[in-house]
Amino acid sequence: MKKISPFWVCAAVVLAAGLGFTQIAENEYYFTALYVILQALIMAVAWNILGGFTGYVNFGSAGFFAVGAYTSIALNKALVGLPLPLLIVAAAVICGLIGLGVGYLTLRLKGVYFAIATLAMAIVLETFVNNWSYVGGARGAYILTPESHLWFDSYIQMLFMLMLILAIGSVAISRKLNFSRLGRGLAAIRDDEVAAECAGVPTLRLKLVSTTVMGAMMGVAGAPYPFFVTYVDPLSAFNLFVAVNAIAMPMIGGTAHWVGPVIGALLVGSMQEIVKVNISSELNILIVGIMLVLFITLAPQGIVGLAQKYFRGRRR
Amino acid sequence: MSVILRVERLSKHFGGFQALQDVELHVSAGERLGLIGPNGSGKTTLINCISGALYNDAGTIAFEGADITRLPPYQRARLGVARSFQIPKPFRSMTVLENVRIPLEYAAWKRAEHRRINDEAMQVLELMGLKDRADVNAGALTQVDMRKLELARALAAKPKLLVSDEAMAGLSGAELDEILEILLALNRRGVAVIMIEHIMRAVMKFSERVAVLDAGQKIADGDPQSIIANPEVQRAYLGE
Repeated sequence: MKKISPFWVCAAVVLAAGLGFTQIAENEYYFTALYVILQALIMAVAWNILGGFTGYVNFGSAGFFAVGAYTSIALNKALVGLPLPLLIVAAAVICGLIGLGVGYLTLRLKGVYFAIATLAMAIVLETFVNNWSYVGGARGAYILTPESHLWFDSYIQMLFMLMLILAIGSVAISRKLNFSRLGRGLAAIRDDEVAAECAGVPTLRLKLVSTTVMGAMMGVAGAPYPFFVTYVDPLSAFNLFVAVNAIAMPMIGGTAHWVGPVIGALLVGSMQEIVKVNISSELNILIVGIMLVLFITLAPQGIVGLAQKYFRGRRR
Repeated sequence: MSVILRVERLSKHFGGFQALQDVELHVSAGERLGLIGPNGSGKTTLINCISGALYNDAGTIAFEGADITRLPPYQRARLGVARSFQIPKPFRSMTVLENVRIPLEYAAWKRAEHRRINDEAMQVLELMGLKDRADVNAGALTQVDMRKLELARALAAKPKLLVSDEAMAGLSGAELDEILEILLALNRRGVAVIMIEHIMRAVMKFSERVAVLDAGQKIADGDPQSIIANPEVQRAYLGE
């Protein structure tokens, strides 16, 4: 019999805890806050696949989140009543394909040029959505929350559980990738692309896989977003703060290991929510900025890097 | 002996600079070929064309009878063309063992036993004398060990032809002998080796045949003794 790995035991415990929480929690705000954290977590994990595993740091990948959100809006308008899981799948497919296409166009660029090209891509997408009146253009679009919320007490509880499942799925994919032959190929590309190619690694193909998975995952994070906020305009979907979070969380947690973006997202995300409620919603942007600066200067390998250094030091 | 690599009328220019012109070169299976020439004569450009890092403008490259002129580097590596780099390019986030696993898992995937990748990697490290460094981070190696890792990674690709680009530059006498011994051991396993080197003592000791490049053209090709005696080679190195 195959042994069940501790990872899946943890995943099951988290899922059960989430389900239990929907039964006991009184305050709906908790689910809103947790939804925001989980959304950031999926985005951090997605960003890390291209930015961390493959080493292609980029500023535009949050644009795929917006495309995911707008895929939902457009499909929801065209085919009223389409269930949310189908919208998510559609967003994953569309964003994955855009990721593939953009990757094909930009992956010949390196370093800072690649980062700028992806930023330009996000602006192109935003301009496109701004001028697409079917989804509201610059005015934005309203989405009516569906009546049905299964056996949950409220719609937000259902969204929270959905997001929890999606988050666990994303982390599982990222973890699988990290320890696979594919993931080792990506790491070789990150360390030295020329040497990787000479060692037989098909670098272009692997990078395309990486952008496709990143795009699809970002799309998945974005697809339920319109139902969460009920009003989306290009400014909120292509929000700089959301994009910065997706970069800051993996950087703070550590980019080389799958667990890095998870730690980063949970830490920074929950801190932001606490600060937003207790102190001020403006201040939490400052806090991310300060944390990012501190980590990049003092612990460039993130929290995972610090932990590895500590344990290696103790073993000696 | 059968020819495994045949380069015909190969030319490459960078803008107005003709780096290689109509170069002809062939390597037989299991042969040890030295490739020498003054700085800027086109040695590295030639092997970049052979390994696929650069595409040549004119001419053809055939490996084991098949035209590989337009193949990307990773496919050439899979066919059995391996190279080591003049400036070592280790995968710095990985251990030495993980470094060697990459070519085993990619370039040699069709020829490797998938369940025994770690054992195979350890065998390669043992041959290179890097076995006790297997778990060290590749970025923390000494210069000699980094050169050995370069060769270890090339060997792990299970090549039929190894192109060694100045694997000995900057090493001391004893270290130099160590690398030379490794290259000879590889050759005894049937791997053809093209050695690019400035250190004449090493090239002459190692090579069965030496080819000389000067200003992008091949000016001589023959056994080491005839190369030393060749007046054109002497002129290229020493001037008039």
